[in-house]
Amino acid sequence: MKEGHKRGYISLYNVFVRECKNLTSRPVNLFCMIIVPLFCTFFFTSLMNKGLPTDLPVGAVDQDQTSVSRDLLRNLDAFQQVAVSQRYADVWQARRAMQRGDIYGFFYIPKNTTRKALSSRRPTISFYTNGSWFIAGSLLYRDMRTMSELTNGAIARESLRAKGYTDDMIQSMLQPIVIDTHPINNPWLNYSVYLCNTLIPGVLMLIIFQITVYSIGMELKERTSRDWLRVGNNSIVISLWGKILPYTIVFFIVGAAIDVYLYKFLQFPCNSGLGPMLFAMLWMILASQATGVVMIGTFPTLRYGLCFASLWGVVSFSVSGFTFPCMAMYPWVQSLAALFPLRHYFLIYVDQALNGYPMIYSWSSYLALMIFIFLPFIIMSRLKKAMLYYTYMP
Amino acid sequence: MSTTRKFDFGKTVKQGLNDILYIWGKEMKSVIKDQGVWLFFLVVPLVYPLVYSLIYNTEVIREVPVVVIDNSHSFKSREFLRKVDATPDVKIAAYAGDMVEARNMLREKKAYGIIYIPSTFAKDIYRMVQTHVSIFCDMSGLLYYKSILIACTDVSLDMNNDIKVDRAGNTTEQQDEVTRYPINYESVAMYNPQNGFASFLIPAVLVLIIQQTLLLGVGLSAGTARESNRFKDLVPINNHYNGTLRIVFGKGLCYFMVYAIDSVYVLGVVPWIFKLNQIAMPWTLIEFIIPFIIACIFFAMSCSIFVRSRELCFLIFLFCSLPLLFISGISWPGTAIPPFWKAVSYIFPSTFGINGFVRVNSMGATLSEVKFEYQALWLQAGFYFITTCVVYRWQILNSRIHVVRKYKDMKKAGYLSLHNVQE
Repeated sequence: MKEGHKRGYISLYNVFVRECKNLTSRPVNLFCMIIVPLFCTFFFTSLMNKGLPTDLPVGAVDQDQTSVSRDLLRNLDAFQQVAVSQRYADVWQARRAMQRGDIYGFFYIPKNTTRKALSSRRPTISFYTNGSWFIAGSLLYRDMRTMSELTNGAIARESLRAKGYTDDMIQSMLQPIVIDTHPINNPWLNYSVYLCNTLIPGVLMLIIFQITVYSIGMELKERTSRDWLRVGNNSIVISLWGKILPYTIVFFIVGAAIDVYLYKFLQFPCNSGLGPMLFAMLWMILASQATGVVMIGTFPTLRYGLCFASLWGVVSFSVSGFTFPCMAMYPWVQSLAALFPLRHYFLIYVDQALNGYPMIYSWSSYLALMIFIFLPFIIMSRLKKAMLYYTYMP
Repeated sequence: MSTTRKFDFGKTVKQGLNDILYIWGKEMKSVIKDQGVWLFFLVVPLVYPLVYSLIYNTEVIREVPVVVIDNSHSFKSREFLRKVDATPDVKIAAYAGDMVEARNMLREKKAYGIIYIPSTFAKDIYRMVQTHVSIFCDMSGLLYYKSILIACTDVSLDMNNDIKVDRAGNTTEQQDEVTRYPINYESVAMYNPQNGFASFLIPAVLVLIIQQTLLLGVGLSAGTARESNRFKDLVPINNHYNGTLRIVFGKGLCYFMVYAIDSVYVLGVVPWIFKLNQIAMPWTLIEFIIPFIIACIFFAMSCSIFVRSRELCFLIFLFCSLPLLFISGISWPGTAIPPFWKAVSYIFPSTFGINGFVRVNSMGATLSEVKFEYQALWLQAGFYFITTCVVYRWQILNSRIHVVRKYKDMKKAGYLSLHNVQE
């Protein structure tokens, strides 16, 4: 019994050493495992380093040309997210500029607006935002709407002052109910925090799928799988562990580097401390590797395995619900989302780093990732058969 | 100069066309026969747009659950909450006694926001003092925040106006209207009236699918060509593969024909199935897409030089999809992209393709409005055509060198063995 254990560890070690040689002898491993994740980390964080886009160009169609309309546009320009960059003579020109992509929206103040307002004839002003650019459109909508409300307030204030109200009273007259917003743990509405925390681990996960499938598939393709199994003492469990372990170590180092970069260097909210996030990262890496093994086990051909890994990995960005919430998707899509490890990692990240809840609140996500880790047991015999009898067909 | 070495233009052209057709046929056959290429040229463009559209097809998020702490317990506070609950964006999931209870509900994901109404809410309104309603939002998704904020803001503005009218003591409805809004305003969300997610993201994804599947498919086919070649070269030694232009045109024609059909489906039929914005003039769209496909094809053919074995193209090209989507300026606004990344984005046809397609297809722009993108795509098509030719020229030379070397080696070996026998 003890002898058997010892032999097991020795063959595990042998497979491990054999795989380390494989790992270091293929340049593509260096590229995918280290350069790509680090590049993506740098890319996404530097792309969105402002947090919120500022000075989005908007146009103005001011046919009123009074001090009131100029005041309005000047105030709009003063908003952080908006820059009134262009003026157009009419709506047609502004619309064309929007189609050219020069501006993301425009404000239209028709002729006689001021005159009508002062004589209580209720003029209408309008703002147009471009919904094809979602983030820009939403931000502009918010600011332009606020501006329209403020303009109304300014006009009403004048008439209230004339009636003899004090400024305090006017304030409560104009806006009896005020909404105070408290975005919990991301008060800056920072997009980088919102997206990078899941995008970057997502890229890492995609790479893990691919590399796991690639490393096993290459054995099948180059017909070295029998040798691999022999070194692993003919045990598929030992062979798989020995094969995966070197990658786990490298991926964990890369993942830890990403975590440290995000939470320590860039100071993204990490209310749980770094420890739970490193733990979640390790959990995600293991789950992804296991998923990779399942993929190549289901399609024991390098090519199909890689297709499967790639297509699955790419969809997980959308279906994990960190941009468009899962809650809003069709119910059957929601249930399919559970099949993607990134979904569970995202939920863990939200609970731990973003909100700093105790780990017990994410138990279901940890459990789901654990199920992923045990999935390879289902396809092990199939994989072993492929390793022994499969011949590569190009 | 002897007459036999004279350059016969007519013959060369005829032979060239013949070779182009030969290579085209060969490539066509491999597209159909090679399941990997077939998968990326036909199946993925067929299925993926459907997958993405199904994920995002609900467009907007409705009925975000919130928990309410109503310390006012008044007619006014109940009116406020009733109106919030009635908005399409928000649903009141529960009433909590205090903040601790409400926060626990956030932790258990039973709600994504808290609306806190202070005990002085109604009193303040009647005393003509400003009152503050606090909302707290879970920031795991910005859309939760947006829904809750919009719902509460809309209701508060609506109630504010009613309160103003009550206080003003007007006599006519006309006066009431003026009190509500001295200046009326209207907001027009152009090209995406419901502010939907699919309408904004799917067109970009569709364009990207075309470029990425081409990149993967051409890469796979190049990898296969190398693997089946004796010297791991891209170009086989064959009479038909003599000229660079023949190979580039022959292969390019094959890819173009496949993708002409693909793009009609991906860019025309898919948006129609899912009822996305489609207000382009068909001819404008076709005219814009042609340079995009050509640029993509030659870009893919130039990149395929990096693919040494058929599986490598997944590992090299796939991860780019996400950065390419972000760098194109469709989700993160183009004006906010740092200049360095902007310059990098000009390398890829997808940047111009996405921007142009969105504007032509979703916003009804004509070619003159997308002139910059249109010209850039033709420029890219020309540039990548040249790089493709250079790359293939180099490959032809390489494979010749390999053959010559092999020949010399064999000769040398033969000589040596002869020598040995003599000894």
